[in-house]
Amino acid sequence: MAEEKKLFKVTIDNITIDVEPGTSILTAARMIGGDVAPPAMCYYSKLKGSGGKCRTCLVEVAAGSTADPRPMPKLVASCRTNVMDGMVVKNITSERVVDARNGVVEFLLINHPLDCPVCDQAGECHLQDLSYDHGKEGTRYEFQRRTFKKHDLGPYIQLHMTRCILCYRCVFTADQLTNKRVHGVLDRGDHAEIATYIEKSLDNDFIGNVIDVCPVGALTDKTFRFKNRVWFLKPVNAHCECTKCKGNVTLWYRGEEVFRVTARKDQWGEVEDWICNECRFEKKKTSDWIIEGPAHISRQSVISQGHYEKLVMPKETMPEVMGGRQPRLLMDIHDVSGVNRPDVDLSQLPGPAHSTDFPKQS
Amino acid sequence: MGRKLLLEKAHVEGIRTYEVYRREGGYRSVEKALKTMSPDQVTEEVKKSGLRGRGGAGFPAGMKWSFLAKPEGVPRYLVCNADESEPGTFKDRYLMEFLPHLLIEGLIVASYALGSERTYIYIRGEYAWIVDILEHAIAEANANGFLGKNILGTGFNCQIYVQRGAGAYICGEETALIESLEGKRGNPRIKPPFPAVKGLWDCPTVVNNVETLAAVVPIIDMGGEEYAKIGVGKSTGTKLISACGNINKPGVYEIDMTISVEEFIYSDEYCGGIANGKRLKACIPGGSSVPILPANLLLKTAKGEQRMMNYESLSDGGFATGSMMGSGGFIVLDEDQCVVRNTLTLARFYRHESCGQCSPCREGTGWMEKILKNIETGKGKMSDIDLLWDIQRKIEGNTICPLGDAAAWPVAAAIRHFRDEFEWHVNNPVESQHRNFGLAHYADPLPVPVTA
Repeated sequence: MAEEKKLFKVTIDNITIDVEPGTSILTAARMIGGDVAPPAMCYYSKLKGSGGKCRTCLVEVAAGSTADPRPMPKLVASCRTNVMDGMVVKNITSERVVDARNGVVEFLLINHPLDCPVCDQAGECHLQDLSYDHGKEGTRYEFQRRTFKKHDLGPYIQLHMTRCILCYRCVFTADQLTNKRVHGVLDRGDHAEIATYIEKSLDNDFIGNVIDVCPVGALTDKTFRFKNRVWFLKPVNAHCECTKCKGNVTLWYRGEEVFRVTARKDQWGEVEDWICNECRFEKKKTSDWIIEGPAHISRQSVISQGHYEKLVMPKETMPEVMGGRQPRLLMDIHDVSGVNRPDVDLSQLPGPAHSTDFPKQS
Repeated sequence: MGRKLLLEKAHVEGIRTYEVYRREGGYRSVEKALKTMSPDQVTEEVKKSGLRGRGGAGFPAGMKWSFLAKPEGVPRYLVCNADESEPGTFKDRYLMEFLPHLLIEGLIVASYALGSERTYIYIRGEYAWIVDILEHAIAEANANGFLGKNILGTGFNCQIYVQRGAGAYICGEETALIESLEGKRGNPRIKPPFPAVKGLWDCPTVVNNVETLAAVVPIIDMGGEEYAKIGVGKSTGTKLISACGNINKPGVYEIDMTISVEEFIYSDEYCGGIANGKRLKACIPGGSSVPILPANLLLKTAKGEQRMMNYESLSDGGFATGSMMGSGGFIVLDEDQCVVRNTLTLARFYRHESCGQCSPCREGTGWMEKILKNIETGKGKMSDIDLLWDIQRKIEGNTICPLGDAAAWPVAAAIRHFRDEFEWHVNNPVESQHRNFGLAHYADPLPVPVTA
């Protein structure tokens, strides 16, 4: 008979759940889901050693455990604190937590450029979501925001250091996925930055995943840069035979064209399977992939506007009202109109259409 | 004259060399501990002595030692924290420079108690010349059989290594120190796990301050119970105070924690009074990160009692009216000093030294410095003072390591006690650029609460 595992009972925001020993408070809260789950900007369940730095996931422990019901004096980082049996945690029900979290969000934003209108991450940015939830409408910061010397990270990855919140996820990714990490955090304090120190491009295989783990627009895909807004794209799940990775990806379409390839993400915005650089940067044709279907996008996301996961065909009523007869085409307007010229493909023009693009017909 | 245990022999000529140190009774504690006591007995003596960590937090050293995990087959480490970088604190420098063998002796005994066969001294990078002194002392100890293999024929092996830091204040935080010692970036670790379980190279580790480890020598020499008789209450033994600022005799003093703050500042044996006949305005009694106190609260507690130089009395009244013993960096400010400027200096220090790992400290320290700079240069607004208060409140307690607290406390205390000086700066932007606020009412006697 298999030995029965003892489960720990933990109460988060008055909801009780049984979890296995060794579970972090954050993971337990995510199991409950909804508003109970604290936001996490630096923690990444698939990266060992991540978490504890951004302080957005701070929670109050009102009772440590059944054995020792004393409350913890300080707020704790829920991503790096394991549950105990009988622990009582307060997240959004604690005023202290809400106050501290608002403070942390303010700190994260004072030096952030807030250049969302020109940022490729906008629409899928965790800092954007976080500031909608916890930020103030105005800033109390009256000083110049921090800037950095620009570093070139090569042909694939674009670094915008001003947007970085120093979550260290990309450092852990490079450590744990690639064969050699060539970038890291230089300097310290408010002038700490992500860089390679000597100008070096990031091109180790699997390094592209830093784009997916970056919670803000600090690391973006150069092959996708300024090509489109993510909310105009349709995410479609697809896979391919890849010798290096599992080949499970999301293709981002606009019309027929694949604008970018990313790894698939779960409901917490975390990558499900890491993908290799070749899948991410090179395979940008539909023929490279086997399409599975539209990817699921949360209704809260702006990307869900105009994205339909299921196609419901409207009922055809014409034959019904016409007693079963199909409608007949009386005249094709293009046959007689000179306005629309099907022989000129507008999408192939380099710029806006001009009269010279329409040679006079004899 | 207070009793001296650590610095008693500091001025004996040639005490830096092994011969003189040994002649003056050095290394007796090693002989006593290794030959007549078990490691647990040594720990027990330190527990009995009530010795509290001298690095700043004041945690009982014996307790810390007894928390050390002792799994089979895993090495344990003792690390001596000599990364003394707090503005105002320079006691360890003095101790290591003049009495290197005292530290080595303490380290050998502590290593024996903890079972550490490789012991490290992590020393502040700027103390470059002290590294040579220590390494010379270690070589002498090796040559005389107090270090190395089979020390004094007891079968105990121990070697001490000196590692220089690279100039970061944050590496004085014990987990950042361990990271740095491992050759990594000096970012504090997230606790738990504590170093007593998973420290250096994931092995159980104890990190102690230089003065704490040096104090082990008199504890073993005289016995823990005898040691505990010195001092008062839970403040046992002697403490090194590095006094600086506007005093007649800056320097390192050893006190037995039974004298009052007033006596310490004004007696000729210690600081010798305020320099140039000025009056006392304020004092930071325990190194830059502890709350600053105005003269009236420094000399008397809120209850109207004499404030003494020990852990309990200095922290009497909590942060509302008290401060902390901290690391013993005693900074005195006279009536010509500007508290706003002083606070700005400290805020700049903490901004510069923040490791940048967690957001409140990284962003908040810089923000506070900028606001303080505005106020100091006459560009401040009245709302800035409340904003400063709000920022420090949101940093304190929300960071990974105590550097966030250390950055928040001086600002909080300055606003708490010297708010009118900040307001004066805001209201008199021109005047504040060429004149100081002066002593004002900061030395006035406090209203003593009437007790029924």
